[in-house]
Amino acid sequence: MYRYDEFDEALVRERVAQFSDQVQRRLNGELNEDEFKPLRLMNGLYLQLHAYMFRIAIPYGTLSSVQLRKLAHVARTYDKGYGHITTRQNMQFNWPRLEDAPAILSDLADAQLHAIQTSGNCIRNTTADQYAGVAADEIADPRHYCEIIRQWSTLHPEFSFLPRKFKIAVTGAEEDRAALRTHDIGLRMRRDADGNPGFEVMVGGGLGRTPVVGVTIREFLPEEHLLSYLESTLRVYNQLGRRDNIHKARIKILVQSVGRDAFARMVEEEWAQLRDGYLTLPQEELDTIARYFAPPPYETLEDSPPELELWQSTSPGFAAWMNENVAAHKQAGYAIVNISLKPEGGVPGDITAEQMDVVADLAERYSFSEIRATHEQNLVLPYVRKLDLMAVWQGLQQAGLATANIGLISDMICCPGLDYCNLANTRSIPVAQEISERFADLSKQRDIGPLKIKMSGCINACGHHHVGHIGILGVDKKGQEYYQITLGGSAENETTLGNIVGPAFSAAEIGDAMETIVDTYLTIREEGESFLETYRRVGQQPFKETLYAAH
Amino acid sequence: MPLIKNGQQVADPWLALGDEETLPEDVPVIVSLERWQQEKDVLQTRGMELGLRLRSDQSPQQVAEDLQFFSLIALEFPKFTDGRAYSYARLLRERHGFSGELRAVGNVLRDQLLFMQRCGFDAFELPENAPVEAWLRALEDFSVWYQPVTDNRAPVSSLRRRLRVAAQ
Repeated sequence: MYRYDEFDEALVRERVAQFSDQVQRRLNGELNEDEFKPLRLMNGLYLQLHAYMFRIAIPYGTLSSVQLRKLAHVARTYDKGYGHITTRQNMQFNWPRLEDAPAILSDLADAQLHAIQTSGNCIRNTTADQYAGVAADEIADPRHYCEIIRQWSTLHPEFSFLPRKFKIAVTGAEEDRAALRTHDIGLRMRRDADGNPGFEVMVGGGLGRTPVVGVTIREFLPEEHLLSYLESTLRVYNQLGRRDNIHKARIKILVQSVGRDAFARMVEEEWAQLRDGYLTLPQEELDTIARYFAPPPYETLEDSPPELELWQSTSPGFAAWMNENVAAHKQAGYAIVNISLKPEGGVPGDITAEQMDVVADLAERYSFSEIRATHEQNLVLPYVRKLDLMAVWQGLQQAGLATANIGLISDMICCPGLDYCNLANTRSIPVAQEISERFADLSKQRDIGPLKIKMSGCINACGHHHVGHIGILGVDKKGQEYYQITLGGSAENETTLGNIVGPAFSAAEIGDAMETIVDTYLTIREEGESFLETYRRVGQQPFKETLYAAH
Repeated sequence: MPLIKNGQQVADPWLALGDEETLPEDVPVIVSLERWQQEKDVLQTRGMELGLRLRSDQSPQQVAEDLQFFSLIALEFPKFTDGRAYSYARLLRERHGFSGELRAVGNVLRDQLLFMQRCGFDAFELPENAPVEAWLRALEDFSVWYQPVTDNRAPVSSLRRRLRVAAQ
């Protein structure tokens, strides 16, 4: 993975010093809260319902064991002993004190971590496929491009006061695990006829109160033009994006209002001026960054060791975990291990300091000291020898991290909701906990099969409800918490927005409603058909009938 | 209002002329785009340097053909969150080759000065009572930059290249 050189190190240290000075000016009254707000928001520090919230960047979701231990240290020393993995692969702390922010950043900088641009109307942390570099279905490894984007976007002087926040996601794989079409820019790696790497460029996706599926504006962008094309796109947006209405300020609204073709033309016109200029990436620079992401020293191993079969046949718990949480690796004899942060009745995405230490230790021992965070709020060990899977499973199990539910109904995306967030209309965590408990039986979950529930506590859609197979949106009705259900959304290759199924349910009813939806699916599904496939075949009607039959 | 130009505090010889105000005899003035468009002939033949003030919804593209008449262009930040002028500044410098004074006016904040400077601004109108020394220090907050932009600071990529060459 990437390691800072002296320049990266200097920049992060200087940012810590600058922010410490800004905090100091706030604490001694030189700045009032209104003046301080834009400064702290450039550095991931939010003022929430009960306390500040600090969002730490995990660039494209990749962490080392040393970094994860440092996050554990922050959780233990400055917070309440836990952190929260977000849908943008970052980590949030919910209870830091403002006075501690400089010390937290300084400690984080010791492990090459920072909070730069984890909030504000700027280019946010770039996200990526959590299986980047190891996925069996990968066209090309996208990580060094992510790092190049990270560097280019960090403190970009032209694009630090955009109309609204700006999110870029990248994948190098066939299967879209990065939700590309829900991002301001999505980049999918392609190869041209001669095998040269490049990108399909998608633009204008987004969720929030106006969900839009992103559109392709360029089928193939050669790799050396990555930054000049991004700069062109951002420059068009910075000048023409709406600034009169915060709810219409994202690039998706601009793309919609001028139309895809006209927007693409504007970008191409700007790019005609910028391409082949000083943003062109020399092969040497691409190679230099790519070397940081060279494959680890894999051993030559047989792909299906006999031990694996033995363990699976003797331990049903291991076999279930192996089935649900372990994914195919591009290297023979290795596997990708998903670590579920969705235990029965737990808070989706939360992880304690002790658990962080356990994961860091396991990664150090069994995964070349590397961990990934996923946008579905889980963790990944990307390089585990199949021969080590039993030991890893046992280690995770002891720490309560071996719930075998990846991709199943209890593996929900869930925003912090009214328990923490000052934008929320309703709580989301208790609803997630109730669903998790109702469907706790793993054999039942396996029978239900792949089913993504995504829940947001308000229309800002941080919980991605529009693209949940089942989406839940919390709405306030005269001071009461209600939950509106959408069906049929998906953030995968054929990105689709869900449809509202009918009137919202009260907090007391939402659990039953989930069971009704699932039971209806189980009744009408055809052999081997997933929930989403059934929904796409039959539409809303059968679900509507059962959901509202008694009303 | 204190004015910083080229990294130090200077007196401001310019008069910001309101659209209704009478054109003075012997002072260089900064006029709005509207006034420029209406009084081009008078303003061009006055025998004084001329400045143009653009609102954030007025792209410099609109005056691309007229740039030779201006010694100064003031780009307005109506709110610090309105970042259009960062792009305008770069376009004026890099695409249109404008080499006169590029002045940031409006809601200019100390913590943005460096971004403005990197995009090609060389002059900044500070709020009344701003501690000028502290503002000038804010221009030194960073010593390394990732992006090649309008200023002449070498980006990290070229520093790395130099190191590699030196190591060979």
